Amino acid sequence: MDGAQALSDLTEISSQIQAAIVLDADGSTLATTLDEQRGPEFAEAVQELLSAVQRASGNDEGKLAQAEIATGDGSVFLVRDEQRTIAATTGPEPTVGLVFYDLKSCLRGFAEPKPKPKPRARKPKAEDEGDAAA
Amino acid sequence: MPRRRAVAGLALVAGSLAGVVALRRRSARRRDRVDVYFEDGSMVSLADDAPEASTVLPLARRILETTRA
Repeated sequence: MDGAQALSDLTEISSQIQAAIVLDADGSTLATTLDEQRGPEFAEAVQELLSAVQRASGNDEGKLAQAEIATGDGSVFLVRDEQRTIAATTGPEPTVGLVFYDLKSCLRGFAEPKPKPKPRARKPKAEDEGDAAA
Repeated sequence: MPRRRAVAGLALVAGSLAGVVALRRRSARRRDRVDVYFEDGSMVSLADDAPEASTVLPLARRILETTRA
């Protein structure tokens, strides 16, 4: 699935999500709902947040799977898999479980390989090919 | 006399509004927290007064500002 399309579907399905971004393992942006001006700033801030959350949690051995940073103005969600991180913002007091579920589903969409195009059915050889040769 | 009543009524309304605003601000501050879930199933919750959360919460507020600008 196209990254932009996946995020577009996400914001359409989950009305609570206001903005979202998907980052690769090396921190490069795979897709974002923000424009070109704010996208890089969003990506940079999310990477900083990810590092800060890991440091703050103090769990060096455990691998961070997901996080919610809740403030009075809204929440920032982080969900990770082996290769990617998705971050999203919501308004105050979101339905936490639902947002995590939608973000995980979206991230799975990025992980799934693109479906191979179905092979075209071969046209049967023209029956009159032999007749023409004869 | 009616004027005094009107002033008292206005003061009551203003006081109530101020109380509501103060309560909302207080409850908004209470909501600030960091919940971290790990792959092994463990979870850490940091309240806004926890020193560890002091670096995380400002970053989250910055993200919220960036995305809403």
